[in-house]
Amino acid sequence: MGDENLHQSPPISNVDQSAQQTLIRYLQDLPEADKPSASNAPSRKTPNSRANDGKPRLLLMGQRRSGKSSISSVVFHKLPPPETLYLETTTRIKKEYMHSFMDFQVWDFPGHLNYTDPSFDTEEIFGEIGALIWVIDAQDDFFDAVTKLNELIQYLQENYPEIIVEVFIHKVDGLSDDYLSDTYQIIVDRVQDELEDSGHPLGNVSFHRTSIYDHSIYEAFSKVIQKLIFEIGPLESLLTTLCANCKMEKAYLFDVLSKIYIASDLSPSDSSSYEISSEYVDLVVDISEIYGWDRNELEGGDTEQIEEDPEVGNQDAESLIVLEKKNGSYLYLKEINKYLALICIMGDDSPTDRKALIDYNVGVFQETLKQIFPR
Amino acid sequence: MSSSKRLKQRKVLLMGKSGAGKSSMRSIVFSNYVAKDVRRLGATIDVEHSNIKFMGNLMLNLWDCGGQDGFVENYLLHSRSHVFGGVAVLIFVFDIESREFAADVINYGNIIRALEECSPNAKVFCLIHKMDLVQSGFRHSLFEQRAEHIRAASESFGEAVEFFPTSIWDQSLYKAWTQIIYFLIPNAQTIESMLQDLAEVIHAREIILYERTTCLMVTHITKGTELQNPFTDRFERISSILKTHKHSMAKHMGVPAGSANFAELQIKTGRFMFFITRLTENTNLAVSLPPYEYIFNSARVNISLMRPRFAELELSNKKRPDIGSRTESNDDSRERGEGAN
Repeated sequence: MGDENLHQSPPISNVDQSAQQTLIRYLQDLPEADKPSASNAPSRKTPNSRANDGKPRLLLMGQRRSGKSSISSVVFHKLPPPETLYLETTTRIKKEYMHSFMDFQVWDFPGHLNYTDPSFDTEEIFGEIGALIWVIDAQDDFFDAVTKLNELIQYLQENYPEIIVEVFIHKVDGLSDDYLSDTYQIIVDRVQDELEDSGHPLGNVSFHRTSIYDHSIYEAFSKVIQKLIFEIGPLESLLTTLCANCKMEKAYLFDVLSKIYIASDLSPSDSSSYEISSEYVDLVVDISEIYGWDRNELEGGDTEQIEEDPEVGNQDAESLIVLEKKNGSYLYLKEINKYLALICIMGDDSPTDRKALIDYNVGVFQETLKQIFPR
Repeated sequence: MSSSKRLKQRKVLLMGKSGAGKSSMRSIVFSNYVAKDVRRLGATIDVEHSNIKFMGNLMLNLWDCGGQDGFVENYLLHSRSHVFGGVAVLIFVFDIESREFAADVINYGNIIRALEECSPNAKVFCLIHKMDLVQSGFRHSLFEQRAEHIRAASESFGEAVEFFPTSIWDQSLYKAWTQIIYFLIPNAQTIESMLQDLAEVIHAREIILYERTTCLMVTHITKGTELQNPFTDRFERISSILKTHKHSMAKHMGVPAGSANFAELQIKTGRFMFFITRLTENTNLAVSLPPYEYIFNSARVNISLMRPRFAELELSNKKRPDIGSRTESNDDSRERGEGAN
């Protein structure tokens, strides 16, 4: 793999040899570096690859012990949050490769590196990324982190102005609401002030409050990913139309594996709807895992379908929850393709009588989506 | 309530060192706490009683006994027969992180002797708790080691003591409690044979009967190929999945977790069909079926037809011995016309 990296990244001329070695060591250390190879060559021209091959790269950066590895373990490896206590310090760049409706990579960086150090092959690191996620530990002394972040933003805006910078104000679970909003405001102000002072507009920087102990980290990731999806506009308007026609309160398009939602309808969103949808996906996936095991050999003569990947869930799975309480909502889930599922929250007057209409409309939606995402 | 007299009360003692996690455990299993809320709990003073009604005629009479030394001394000396008399089950909770394990075992020995004296027929369950605090690689060996020690101090209960590693942060808690509940249910055979018939009629692969508020499994019927299901821990997993979901629904709707029940849950996929529906006042039925629409629909109808018979089972204690003779006589109109689509 290291060889491949070497070949793809012809050394930038002005970087001296020993520094180049350091970076190569970092890159070679990657145990299972996933193949950025195919996408690299064509996207070289544009610094931001989103329009090009649909395989954006996310960088996770921040001070050491700010929670970068915990985030990537929880979101991409489904590590239970309490287990992150046992994670060891990251000493090399770790790449996570998300194979889903769209492929993207997450690079987890060690916290002790100085990312703008010219001895790094910055072109290799920042050259093709879609978004940079900067993690700040809100429970710790964050002034250093903010200073470093500001340096990085300024550097990026001079060199790679198209990169989106997402600041995750992290570990907010332990903070009281008041304290949290103060902290949040202080960080935002400091970043803003300093950028304005140095003559850079705030531009592509946005802020999220996150914690691995609740859904906020997934929501934040969802928002980051949505900015990188080229087809987001049509998707949103499709979902909005679907909602209007089926009298749904809210519709989300979920990536089932990561629980990141890649689009929702345009009605105002609150985190509680996201939460319930996400936990609903969990419920269906968990139960599907338990009973969807591969029993084809056992039931000869049965007409059950054979799927390649039992863990993703079953073809066109469908689910409905009817609540006992009269004014409660209904939840509806429909698997759209191998990676995506549509979750709808419906109001109280719903679905049994309009089930046929919903089925039909969702079918149409599914067809349309196939044209947008051919696989 | 006239029927309460007919309920069979089963006394369950929950004991262990102060801070071992007894009340946390109880709050999660029986009072719809989520794991992180148990931080709010204070120390239990003396004994807290709670009654939980289960499937059939089981009434759980749970004594959550405060574990501070003063209280324990009081149980052992002054109210020995009151506390330890008529006990069906003793659940003793050990804290895996405890620094004075030897002292814990001595306390356990004292309690075991009191139990031996007052209720020699009681069943003892030992839960080695807070297992999440041990790194996963060491969990098993540490658990075995502790269990061996404790078993040696179990006097005449010796071999009959059952050990479970538990943690409030995963499904192990449900695994342990499901075993405890199953032990306590008096008419498990009757329920099982009725469910067996039901499973036959609706072509179910698997039927799980669970209690609605706690999501603890009462019993299950597994048939045919489902016996080879690789997920042998699926029952406690389902308990924990359903409980989690219940909390999220409650949070979304802004109601207490106890009242956030769904009337029905359906999942249809190319490999199986699954639904959960209400069976009796306190229980839900989860059914896994082969993936055919007609089986799914007929199963729903058949279950709604079976409801009155199960409801009757929950009430009647007197009739219990001659259960076989009364089965056909009951076609009253309490079925809820759910109908097939």
